[in-house]
Amino acid sequence: MPAPDLPRIFPLSESSLVVEFGSEISVELNERAIALADQLDTNPFPGYIESVPCYASTAVFYDLLTVKREVPSGSTAFDAVQALIRSVLNSVRPKTDQERRQIEIPVSFAEPNALDLPFIAESAGLSPSEVIDIFTSTIYRVYMLGFLPGFTYMGEIDKRIAVPRKQAPSLKVPPGSVGIAGRQTGIYPFESPGGWQILGRTNTDIFLPNSDPPCLFRPGDLVRFVPV
Amino acid sequence: MSLTIKKEGILTTVQDLGRVSYRRFGVNPGGVMDRAAVRLINALLANDENAAVLEVHFPAGEIRFDRDASFALGGADFGPTLNGEPISNWRMVFAAKDSLLRFPSKTSGERTYLAVRGGFDVPEWLKSKSTNLGAAYGGFEGRRLRSGDVVGVCEPPDEIDVLRSSISPSLIPHYGRFPTVRVVRGGDFERLTASSQNVFRRENFVISKDSNRMGFRLRGEPLQQDRPEEMISSAVTFGTIQLLPDGQLIALMADQQTAGGYPRIAQVIERDLPLLAQLGPNDKVAFHEVDLSHAEELATEFERDITILRVGVQLQMAPSKV
Repeated sequence: MPAPDLPRIFPLSESSLVVEFGSEISVELNERAIALADQLDTNPFPGYIESVPCYASTAVFYDLLTVKREVPSGSTAFDAVQALIRSVLNSVRPKTDQERRQIEIPVSFAEPNALDLPFIAESAGLSPSEVIDIFTSTIYRVYMLGFLPGFTYMGEIDKRIAVPRKQAPSLKVPPGSVGIAGRQTGIYPFESPGGWQILGRTNTDIFLPNSDPPCLFRPGDLVRFVPV
Repeated sequence: MSLTIKKEGILTTVQDLGRVSYRRFGVNPGGVMDRAAVRLINALLANDENAAVLEVHFPAGEIRFDRDASFALGGADFGPTLNGEPISNWRMVFAAKDSLLRFPSKTSGERTYLAVRGGFDVPEWLKSKSTNLGAAYGGFEGRRLRSGDVVGVCEPPDEIDVLRSSISPSLIPHYGRFPTVRVVRGGDFERLTASSQNVFRRENFVISKDSNRMGFRLRGEPLQQDRPEEMISSAVTFGTIQLLPDGQLIALMADQQTAGGYPRIAQVIERDLPLLAQLGPNDKVAFHEVDLSHAEELATEFERDITILRVGVQLQMAPSKV
């Protein structure tokens, strides 16, 4: 495992690389990943396209030709972008929870919406209302978005209700469904197949196709679920 | 100007080169599977690099030109005919009003591309005309084209005709049903056991039926990790080859998710992605590792070739109404 100040950087493709700060889910590593993405967005290098912060890594996409034009022959575009990123890593300042947006999401845990609540309760050896109490007593962090436009990977779910995802995914999960997969929770932005255990549903629009960006959440947001 | 889908195909969508800069919101870039084919035929028509095209799978249906138009086909060869007369891929073709384009037989590849001079005219969603089938947004009403759909075409930017009519054969990808595809080593390659590393380099893999625009599942000798451990999700891209828990591989294609939690064994180089993208179920593929600097050079070389083609087309353009 690399030292915390020396992230591992490796090519993803000819026009992208990954900066890996670590290999576990932690707020500190996630803040570093988001901060690097923000820093590159604010001060893009020639050829910079976009950054994708994940749990503990940031992918950086660039235009190969533009970068190549600026580097001496004999060295790769990857080397050039890697050097550039190493040079800005020191000036990257991660945010604190106090600087993060807090978003409340109303959730209905009533029968037709709580498709897998009985299963979760049974697996946990708890009553459905105990599961809901435990679920709604934590503030979750949006570590990253992925899987579907606007889908959030949030954590961390209390160990007592951390049920694994389904063996066979459901073909149609309704939009707004709130699910659990291990220590993660997330909200389905629109109807799609999915394997997370569904314990409730929100009416809040998560996917905002007519807005830019097209979704409610940003990496780093703090989310509280409120029963309705 | 417009085209009408006289008879729908199994999967025809409007695509461009993809939707960039929204990956962090979970929006995958999508776009055409065979980027080289589309860039070549758009260059031939003096279209914008990113002009929208139709990506057509087989069976492909029938398409009518509602007005005179110049167009080109590229990628897979579906034995195209215009009003019953055979036409060729990689050439500019003129279609008179009410001409009917058909694709009677598949002779190579899995996806053919129709570019029309001016490009297809659909609303942009997040700065791209690509169809995102999962979100049901972008392209033509967020869906595949069906019988009776009328798809608009943008007016060409200037009243000039393109005179150059074909693409030099040396620029056309060498498609086949069993290509060797060059890869660079993935960030998680070292997780494989030494013997599995060799299996990956030496063995052939079969494209399974379970393959689509999101990814191709590859069937072959199972690969093993030294110390299998749960990974947290991290970025992937078009051409990333991941190792699934059952030891089989998946090659992520144009509609790939933005992140994944499986080891990244290899990355197909941009130059060879079209060869992979034109494969279908039961086709085979072998992988050959090259170093990153070579992959970068090959990608740069293709950019230079495209530029030369573009300049050549521009030089041979002439006013259409003298």
